[in-house]
Amino acid sequence: MIKKLTLSALVALGLGTSGAMAAGGGEQHIENIDFSFDGPFGAYDVNQLQRGLQIYTEVCAACHGLKYVAIRTLGDDGGPQLPEDQVIEYAKQFEVFDADLDDFREATPVDHFPESNLETAPDLSLMAKKRAGFHGPYGLGINQFFKGMGGAEYIAALLNGYTGETKEQAGVTFYENTAFPGGWIAMAPPLDDESVEFVDGHANDLHHLSEDVSAFLMWTAEPKMMARKQAGFAGVLFLTLLSVLLYLTNKRLWAPVKYKNRD
Amino acid sequence: MSGIPHDHYEPKSNGEKWLHSRLPIVGLLYDTLMIPTPKNLNWMWIWGIVLTFCLALQIVTGIVLVMHYTPHVDLAFSSVEHIMRNVNGGYMLRYLHMNGASLFFVAVYAHIFRGLYYGSYKAPREITWIIGMLIYLLMMATGFMGYVLPWGQMSFWGATVITGLFGAIPFVGESLQTFLLGGPAVDNATLNRFFSLHYLLPFVIAALVAVHIWAFHSTGNNNPTGVEVRRGSKEEAEKDTLPFWPYFVIKDLFALAVILAVFFAIVGFMPNYLGHPDNYIEANALATPAHIVPEWYFLPFYAILRAFTSEVWVVQIASFVTGGIIDAKFFGVLAMFGAIAVMALVPWLDTSSVRSGRYRPMFKWWFALLVIDFFALMWLGAMPAEEPYASFSLIASAYWFAYFLVILPLLGVIEKPLPQPATIEEDFDAHYAHKADADAAANPAE
Repeated sequence: MIKKLTLSALVALGLGTSGAMAAGGGEQHIENIDFSFDGPFGAYDVNQLQRGLQIYTEVCAACHGLKYVAIRTLGDDGGPQLPEDQVIEYAKQFEVFDADLDDFREATPVDHFPESNLETAPDLSLMAKKRAGFHGPYGLGINQFFKGMGGAEYIAALLNGYTGETKEQAGVTFYENTAFPGGWIAMAPPLDDESVEFVDGHANDLHHLSEDVSAFLMWTAEPKMMARKQAGFAGVLFLTLLSVLLYLTNKRLWAPVKYKNRD
Repeated sequence: MSGIPHDHYEPKSNGEKWLHSRLPIVGLLYDTLMIPTPKNLNWMWIWGIVLTFCLALQIVTGIVLVMHYTPHVDLAFSSVEHIMRNVNGGYMLRYLHMNGASLFFVAVYAHIFRGLYYGSYKAPREITWIIGMLIYLLMMATGFMGYVLPWGQMSFWGATVITGLFGAIPFVGESLQTFLLGGPAVDNATLNRFFSLHYLLPFVIAALVAVHIWAFHSTGNNNPTGVEVRRGSKEEAEKDTLPFWPYFVIKDLFALAVILAVFFAIVGFMPNYLGHPDNYIEANALATPAHIVPEWYFLPFYAILRAFTSEVWVVQIASFVTGGIIDAKFFGVLAMFGAIAVMALVPWLDTSSVRSGRYRPMFKWWFALLVIDFFALMWLGAMPAEEPYASFSLIASAYWFAYFLVILPLLGVIEKPLPQPATIEEDFDAHYAHKADADAAANPAE
C-alpha cells in the first residue's frame, strides 16, 4: 500500500516539477506584492481596479491597446463595476472604425478598447498572463497557489524598475530597467509620482500607481477570475462531500467481504 | 464472454426476451458490468476509470469549445480569448479542457507504471498492453495537436520543432514534413489539419478503449499477486473474485471523486500552473521564444531526443556505419520513438516466469530506479541543452533502454523469485485476517 501511495505521490510530484519547469524562463527577480486577488480566497478590489482603469486611460492608453477587452465588461461583476451610464460615457472617448459605415465613429460599450496606437507598444490585454514572475520554490512554481503567477508583480516591478540610465542604440533610446529581461527597455518611464490625480485623493506616488495599474491589467487578462474561484470552491466542496459519502458507502459495501472470518 | 465462469444475463419478461433474441445488448452490458474482478485489486487499479472519465471530459468540453473556436491563423488566438471572455462558462470549459489533458496524462503514466510493476503486460495480456500503447501514442498525437490550436507562441514553435523531427528522416524527411504541414512551414494549412485530426483522434481512442476493455475482459484483470483467478468452476472463481458492480464501481468512483477534488482545486485556483505563459502571446513566426519547452507530459521523451548529440560515441558509430545517413538528429528521433517501442515490446523482453513485481526481490529495485529515471528525464527535458544536463540526459536515457533491453531479459534468468500465494483468496484473506486480528487486539471487549 505504501509503495503505491509513494508511486502516486511521485507522479504528482513529477507533475509539479515539470509544470513549473515549463513555466520557467525569466531571470529577473520579482518581489511579491500582496494583491487582494492572490490565493484561493482573493478577490479584486473594485476601487483599485477603478483607479487602475484611470491610470490606464490617462497614461498607458496613449500608446498601448486592450484589443481583447470589451468596454461593456467594465460594468461586469468581478471587474471595475462601473455603473452603466459611466460605461456609456467612458466609451465615448474612443473612436472606432465601423465597417458598415465605412468610417470612424464614437465607441459604444459593445466595442472593444482600441488596439495599440504605437506599433512597437504591445497590446496589454494579456500582459499579466504572458509574464510569470514566480517560479519557486525550487522551480516548482507551486507558490502560484497563494501568490498567483506573478504577472501583475512583474508589471509593477517593471514600472518601478527604471534606474535612470539610458543608452542609444541604432538611433533608439533604451532605458535601463531591473525587471525587464535583458535589462534595457525601449519604453520611456511611463509613470512617476503624481502622474495621475484621483478624485478621492488616494495616494498617487509611483509605488501605489504601479500597483493599481498592475491590478487592473490582471483583471483585463483574467476578467473571470472571481467566477472561476467561486466555481473552484463549489467544485472542491461538492467533490469533498461526495468523496466522504463514497468512502463510507465503499467501506460498508466491502466490510462483509473483508471481515467475513471475524466471528 | 469467455474467461472466468460467472452468471449470465437471463431475460425474464416477454419484452426482455423479445429484445434479447434480436439484439442481446442488455446481456452484453450486464456481462460487462458484472465481470468477475479479482477481489484483491489495490488502489493502483483505479486509473482506468480516471482515464475513461478524462476521455469523456475531453470529448464533451472539446465539442462545446469547437462551437466557438475558429481554426484560422488570423482568428484562432482571438477566438480562444472570445471563449475566455464572452462565452458563458467558456473560461471554465477551456480550463477544464487544458488541465483535463494533464490529468489524462497523469492517469495514463500511473496506469502504465502500474502495468509495468505488476506484470500486467505478460501473457495472456499482450494484446491489451499493445492496444494500450497505441492509445498512449494517439493521446500524445492528440495532445500535441491540441496544444497548437490556441495559436500562441509555444503552439507555433512547438509545432515547428516537433514536425521538424520528421524532417530528420533520411531521403523522404523533407517531403514528409512538407506533406504533414501542408506547406513549407507551419501555417494556416497546418492549423486546419491539426484541428481536423485533433477532433478525429479522440474517437479513434474511444474505439481502441473499447477494444482494450474487451481484451482484458477476455483474459480477466491482472491483480497485485499476478496469480490467475481459479476457473475450474463458478464456485471456485467466486472465491477469488467479486462482480465489478457494485464493489469496484463504488471503489473507483470514490477514488475518482478524490482525484477530481484536487483537479478542481487546480482548475479553480491555479489553472495556468501547467501551461506556459508564452502561449498567451499570439504566434509570431518572426520572434522565436527564448526556450521552446513542450508540455510536461512530453518532457521525458523530449529529453531522450536531445540526449543523443553528435558528440556521443554511439551516434558517431551509427553515423560512420551508415555512411552519414543516420546523423545525430535522426538518431535522436529514432531514440525517442525507440524509447516508446521498447516499452511496447516489454511482454517479450521480460523473461521472468513470475508476473507480479511483489515477488521479485531484484526487479523491485530496478523498477524503482526506472520510476526515478522517468522523473529525472522529465526534469531534464525542461532544462536548457547544456552541461551538466546533457550528460545527465544521456545517462538517464541509457538507463531507460538498459532497463527494457538488458535488465528485464537478464533478471528472468538470474533472479530467484519469492514464494507466491496459491490463490487470490489466500492473499486477500491473509491481508484482512491480519487486520481483523489487530482490530480485535485493540478492542478486546468486542
